Order: sequence, then C-alpha cells, then structure tokens
Amino acid sequence: MYSASDLRKGLKVQIEGSPYIVTEFEFSKPGKGQALYRCKMRNMISGNQLVKTYRSNDKFEKAELDERKMQFLYNQGEEFHFMDTENFEQLSLTREQMGDNVNFLLENMEVVVLFFSGRPIDISIPIFVNLLVTRADPWAKGDTSGNDTKPVTVQTGYVLQVPPFVEEGDKIQIDTRTGEYVTRVKE
Amino acid sequence: MLGLSGLHRRAALLRLVRRFFEDEGFLEVDTPVRLPLAIPERHIKLIEAEGQYLQASPELCMKRLLARGCTPIFQIGRCFRKGERGRRHLEEFTMIEWYRSDCDYRQLMADCRALCRYLQREWPQDPRRVESTGLRSIFPSIDVHGEWQGMTVAEAFARYSPRPLSAALHEDCFDELLCEYVEPHLGQGCPTFLYDYPRALASLSRPKPGDPQLAERFELYIGGVELANGFSELNDDVEQRQRFAEEIKAIHAAGGTEMEMPEVFLDDLRHLPEAAGIALGIDRLAMIAFDAPDISQVVPFTPEDFPTLSP
Repeated sequence: MYSASDLRKGLKVQIEGSPYIVTEFEFSKPGKGQALYRCKMRNMISGNQLVKTYRSNDKFEKAELDERKMQFLYNQGEEFHFMDTENFEQLSLTREQMGDNVNFLLENMEVVVLFFSGRPIDISIPIFVNLLVTRADPWAKGDTSGNDTKPVTVQTGYVLQVPPFVEEGDKIQIDTRTGEYVTRVKE
Repeated sequence: MLGLSGLHRRAALLRLVRRFFEDEGFLEVDTPVRLPLAIPERHIKLIEAEGQYLQASPELCMKRLLARGCTPIFQIGRCFRKGERGRRHLEEFTMIEWYRSDCDYRQLMADCRALCRYLQREWPQDPRRVESTGLRSIFPSIDVHGEWQGMTVAEAFARYSPRPLSAALHEDCFDELLCEYVEPHLGQGCPTFLYDYPRALASLSRPKPGDPQLAERFELYIGGVELANGFSELNDDVEQRQRFAEEIKAIHAAGGTEMEMPEVFLDDLRHLPEAAGIALGIDRLAMIAFDAPDISQVVPFTPEDFPTLSP
C-alpha cells in the first residue's frame, strides 16, 4: 500500500483495477491548511488522463506488474525494441509508453520490462545512469551573467543543466527519477 | 545546489531584510530550535529529535519573550515541518518572524508594504551587490511601490471559487478550493492581502471585534505565492487552552502523537500585551524577488542534492 505522501512523478499505482503512472505531481499546502497532493496520472493501458487531488490519509494499491529482464536493441521512430537475452524473444514499446525513460536509454542497456496481464506496458531503468556529454559550450571564466549552471547535451540527445565546469567528453551521472545532474564520473 | 552568484543573491537579500528590521528599531533574537514542547496544530507535522521537537516556527519562544516585555522583536531562523516537499516547500526552511505590541494585524500589513518597498529601492543602490549577484533589480514582475490589493476571504471565494466560503467550510473543501481556484489569482501585478479568516482556521488569532465568527488573521500573496501569515495575537489563555485541546484531539484522531498541553506557554500568555505577529518565508521571498519558479533554485542545498538509492 502507498499513502498520499509516497506520490511522486513516475509512481505506479492501481486504481479500480487499472495500472496508472503519475505523470505530473504537485505538493501544495495553504497556510495553516492541510497537505494536498495534486496529481496527473495516465492509465497505462488506455492512455487516458486522470487529474485528481488527494489528502494525506488517502491510500493506494501498488500496481501489480510482472517484471522481465531484457536488453534494449534499437528504436525505429516511435517504436522501441527489446530482447530477452535468454530466449531471444523480442517485443516493442511505444515512445508514449516509455515516458521520460527514452532520455536515458542506450543500445544494449539492461532494463526491466513491466507487464500487466501479460502485456508489456512500461520499462524500469537504473536510478543512476552514466552518459557522455556530446555538446557543451565552454564556460567563460568571470562570467557575470549570474548563471550558476549551463545546458549540455548528452549522447541520447537529452539536454540538462549542469555546473559550469562540465565539459564536452565528460561522463556525468544522472538521476533518472528527476532527470537531474548528480556528479561528474571519473573513468 | 546554489553556485557563487546564487549564494551572493541569498546573502544580499538576508542582509537587506535584517537591516530593514534593525533600522525599524526591532531587536534580533535567536531562540532554540529544539524544544521539549510544541504548539499543537492539526496540519503541521513535527520532526522529533531525541524525544524533543524541532520547531515548526519560533512562535512559542518569541511570544514568551513578548510576555516579558521584549518588543518589537524579530528572528531569522530555520523551521522544520515533516513531509512538506514541493515546488514551494522544504522540510527545513528559513523564516523571518516578527512581533510588535500595542497594535493589531493592520500594522503588520504596513510592515510588509514597507519591507518590500525598501528591498526594491535598496537593491540597485550598491554596485558591488549588483555585480556579485548579476541582478540589477529584484521583484521583476510585481509593482510593490503602487497601491496594494486587499480582499477578505469571503470576498475572494465569492469572486474566484465555484462554491462560496460557507459551502466550502460546510463541505470540508476549503483548502482544495483555495489552492485550485483562489490562490492563482492573488498577488498578480501587485501584492494582495487576504484577510479575516473563519475563526476555525486561525487557532492562535484574536477573534474580530464585532464579528466573533472571524479571526484577525491575514496572508500576503505575491504572484500567486503565499508569502506570509500574520495575525492579532490571542492573549486569552482560557480560550487558547480550549483551542489547543481541540487541536491535540484532532492530531491524535488522525493517528499522530499524543501531544502535551504547552503549560508554560499558556502561563506566559496571561501576560501577553495586545500584540500582533507574523511569519514570512525567506525562501519564498527569494523565489519572488529572483523570479525562480522552484524553491530548489534559491537554497544552498536541497535533500535531492544528496541522492541515495532509496526510493
């Protein structure tokens, strides 16, 4: 069981028998008032949106999903192909089903494919991934624009904010739950 | 995580706020953050530390000082509230709280106006500040020098909410309607005071003379963000004890800890002069002043800057 305080982007819950993934989440709490958990959720089967505000005493069932370790092969347009490395069975998922995970996916990466009633509906990737910086503007020392971060592009095409010392060719660790920079990785 | 210019901005803002209150004749106090007692409030979850509490606000200590004749006083310090994390919330955050005697909540509204105008006027005066922070001015999208808006809670609900205030209270959806329909309209263009709250939503405020169903409590909103909460202080210890008893019961009924009646506080409350006090979120002020949509952009570190594998 989850309670409302567990709600966050990416959490998978079960509502009236269907698995939902939280796609947008906002915590709010008016002065002296109670905590409110405002969620946008996507039905992982039908794709339908659900917008709802919960209170702290609300409870949720965990989505009942089966897991299988698979390898990411390649993507072709909107389709992402995976293979079971034991029996070589292949399957594909759409970009919409993959959500933000597409930002961190590299060919040959080991992932967990999630199934609901036998159908693949999502994947789960490591919390931390290391990706190569393929584009970064040099940092002008003495920059007085007041910016403490700068944007870089990593090998998947994903763009994120990093500290100014990160350079092209560096490997950086990213927290896939938030999509944010964690640290620079020494090889 | 803030870099150098972000740290300069925060420090410059804190310095200006402190200077404003010193110039106004306030005494700065620094009271303990860990206490064996806490004020029971049903919607504030406390963080416990070795059998004591980390303060949710410095209210308890500051009112005890006020009861001993220390006035006007201010404090800038850390406050702790369990489970609060969002675009505008941190479990550990910074507030300024100030108290004045021989006045009511209207004086606090005047203080808010004077503070914001002072900050906007003073910021560009110092070239070193402008250089180290990279900011020529603050409050980019808000006119703090012109007229400010004021609206009672009932008026705001009548204007913006699909249900009036009486229905919101009766159907127990005040907070939801306030967040969804009312707050986004407040403080747009110029700051807004939302005032005269239903008494049930103001456990430590004085009832409004002539309308005991209301309390002399207000909130300051800028750009849809709730920035400060102030009120005329309740100094009737008998009524305060009764209200605390209701809060303690509600906390227990919701599965929270069994809280103790803060007796020393109630003893001191008998000596509290006519007074008013207010807490203003420093991190929220920085968000508005520097036009940052997320509180993470204005504090040196957030809990997420220490990532762990636990979900």
